[in-house]
Amino acid sequence: MSDQAFATQLEAIVGAGNVRTRKVDLVTYSYDATADVPRRIPDVVVRPANTGEIQAIVNLARARGIAIYPRGAGTNLSGGAIPLAGGIVLSFQRMNRILEVDAENLTATVQPGVVIEELNNAVAPHGLIYPPDPGTVKTATMGGSVAENSGGLRGLKYGVTKHYVMGMEVVLANGDKVRFGGKTVKNVTAYDFASLFTGSEGTLGIIAEITVKLIPAPKFRRTMMATYATIEDAGNTVAGIIRAQVIPATLEILDRKTIETVEAYAHVGLPLGAEALLLIEVDGMAETVVECEADAVIRTVAEHHGELRLAKSGAERDQLWAARRAALPALASLNNTVILEDATVPRSHITGMLLACAEIGRKYDLVLGTFGHAGDGNLHPTIVADRHNAEEMARVHRAVEEIFQTALQFGGTLSGEHGIGIAKMRFLGGEIGESGLNLMRSIKDALDPWHLLNPGKLVPAREAPHEGR
Amino acid sequence: MKGGELDPKLQAELDKCLRCGMCMAVCPVYAAEKDEAAVARGKIAIAAAVASGDLALDDREVIDTLFNCLVCKSCMTACPSGVRFDRIMLSLRAAIVEKNGLPWLKSAIFHILKQPARLDTAMKMGARLQGLVFRDNPGYRAISPRSPFAMLGRDAGFGADRLFPAPSPRPLRDRVPEVVTAPRAKMRVAFFTGCSFQYFYPETGLDLIQVLTENQVEVVVPQGQQCCGTPVLVHGDAATARTLARTNIDVMERSNARYIVTGCGSCGSAWQHEFREVLREDPAYAEKAAHWAARTYDVSTLLTDVIGYRRPTGAVDAVVTYHDPCHLKKSMKVAREPRDILRTIPGVTFREMSQPDACCGSGGSYGLTHFDTSSDIARRKAADAAGTGAGTIATGCPACMMQLLDGTHRFGNGQTVRHYISLLADSYRRTAGIA
Repeated sequence: MSDQAFATQLEAIVGAGNVRTRKVDLVTYSYDATADVPRRIPDVVVRPANTGEIQAIVNLARARGIAIYPRGAGTNLSGGAIPLAGGIVLSFQRMNRILEVDAENLTATVQPGVVIEELNNAVAPHGLIYPPDPGTVKTATMGGSVAENSGGLRGLKYGVTKHYVMGMEVVLANGDKVRFGGKTVKNVTAYDFASLFTGSEGTLGIIAEITVKLIPAPKFRRTMMATYATIEDAGNTVAGIIRAQVIPATLEILDRKTIETVEAYAHVGLPLGAEALLLIEVDGMAETVVECEADAVIRTVAEHHGELRLAKSGAERDQLWAARRAALPALASLNNTVILEDATVPRSHITGMLLACAEIGRKYDLVLGTFGHAGDGNLHPTIVADRHNAEEMARVHRAVEEIFQTALQFGGTLSGEHGIGIAKMRFLGGEIGESGLNLMRSIKDALDPWHLLNPGKLVPAREAPHEGR
Repeated sequence: MKGGELDPKLQAELDKCLRCGMCMAVCPVYAAEKDEAAVARGKIAIAAAVASGDLALDDREVIDTLFNCLVCKSCMTACPSGVRFDRIMLSLRAAIVEKNGLPWLKSAIFHILKQPARLDTAMKMGARLQGLVFRDNPGYRAISPRSPFAMLGRDAGFGADRLFPAPSPRPLRDRVPEVVTAPRAKMRVAFFTGCSFQYFYPETGLDLIQVLTENQVEVVVPQGQQCCGTPVLVHGDAATARTLARTNIDVMERSNARYIVTGCGSCGSAWQHEFREVLREDPAYAEKAAHWAARTYDVSTLLTDVIGYRRPTGAVDAVVTYHDPCHLKKSMKVAREPRDILRTIPGVTFREMSQPDACCGSGGSYGLTHFDTSSDIARRKAADAAGTGAGTIATGCPACMMQLLDGTHRFGNGQTVRHYISLLADSYRRTAGIA
């Protein structure tokens, strides 16, 4: 595709310093953080500075029939940023300014390249937070996390990215710029476009500006950890806490394999032999309320035979969190490939799903640890394998397929927070059916009939469904 | 050059990278350039492409990218799967040298210096360093043309906008006897000065010696010591790094000292880690390298954790912030000790900056070869330091002192830059009524 004339045209739009065509640079845009998906070197990487430049790039690409792959920091876990068909990677790394923090209206307006943590640092002096907190807050961009509708550890109480997007500026495949939503709490004008583009994985339009909701930072919190001799006790604790009408900010679970691996890796003093561990944090604006909620949690843990550790200081809180933070690094240290899934079930089926994941690991003779957000049913069954071992990778693929089937049988979903992208596209029909696929295709065709934007992701092609993983 | 020629251990290290991108949160070069090829994840992808034969190691574009790294090891502190990125970087650079030789590499790096004005600065800096570092080591004259600085040429002046410390007319080791005795000495240590104390900051070296002797520690300053080898190692010259390591070990074996003390994160890190690494397969030296690795301390650790230093009583009225040198914190794991010392000095008001362990952008000759990025990193550091309102920036590494001096001069408000040991020495002197 790419020839010198095309690169020169792009340079005329964004300036010579913001077009990358050296192979050594292109190699570094051939992947994102997703394991076990195809890679492809793009033809060119372009770094626009504003919406007008994005429009010019889109118009040029459409005229030439060249695919565009928008990219934030490339930290997603579904293959969303991989330039499957070559073409243009449109990097948002230059559009990284916080345009406004409006403390009176509790909003912030940002360019897509702003890193989530930078936004939180900017609003912290106002006593505010932007709650969505995927594990990549220090690296992921706002544009990427809105496009992927990222979740995080606080989803149970504070929701996920889609609950915070109030307005956007988007460049469509036809080159139009549209703005919708804004700073008003209420807005029922037109379709709810913010919901349409949030989680669209770059397939419907290119997000060029985002206005998000902020909330006051909770002033008090209590952190505790409970360990259990059975998964059932842990699962019943989760149900019991919700039944006691407490919504913790964090309610995380680690299974036996994860506990053992974390302890061997980080030596944080976890009881070996425990079948499950819960990390629970309640927070709020009033100390008495938080204490009341903490007491209810403590009683529930005791009712279900959990062994409790309560953090009495910031340092002790850090110790309790260390186990959860070490979960992924510890598992990752075991081999060269980490398949991090995010199958999600209704909260009431957490116990069944945890037991099923462990059984699938045994059935396919794989190293499989499960941890995740027990409070919202979003688990991370994590398989560690050797990518150079084709036989083992085949078992990994069968196990992943079975995890998805199990989640669906429990009334759950393929993906709680990572998105469909390339990685789960072939399973999509299993959840939403042929009519659901056709609805997606209709929307895609209406907004991007040229299939210019992030082609090969999320929306399976009509004729030949994508088979590769 | 195809992958078959790379060390198989390197492939295993490359495999450990999950592509999660956590290194983006801490890489100073990435923060400045925001390009995937700037960060460890991108460089590992490039290395993997070299290993699979998709890219050639001696491609100038590959060299350009591989040398756009400060080897500050920040990425290693953020990496969830423990990739030893320093090893990847150093072995790739060594593979280039092994394949094409140092002169070829020098011309390739030379090629990076595109802007004539920067080249001019680089040439002058290089001339000074080359002339100085190898000046009084006649035995090493022979290797000086192989030094990475040799490519930088000889005569010409510094750019008017740069501020570097003037090399001292009297190097440190010319000013002190080989053994500096202490009254009622409890212990004898060897001071490995490194080149920066020796040539640029001899007064700081004298401060370090004074603090030790005031704590009843006798100090040997072995005359035969050489450069720690880090500057040549990061340019792929493992052979010279090995020669220097052996010579330094021989010198220390003769010193009769219990411990080696350093005041430079890179020198201390060389003794704790790099010597062991480069001499791993040397039957005569591997054990000696391990012996001294376990007995090398940054002077702050010796003072706070080993001997329990005499608490200072003389007032030093200053608002002080502290910059963590990368190799001191990320390699030697020393961060608490210098702060402990600063906090015990009467009159010192200590204020942390928001990112004290963000790299200052020095990275040896990086500031010469990648002037713009290095300046951008220095600008961030200067702004962070200025935000504390501190009039004094303390640090624990003379290379950082040089970069901070230049950075505060160009982008800050001209704060004083001191080694923490000098502030402690000031306090001791005030007590004694000397100053």
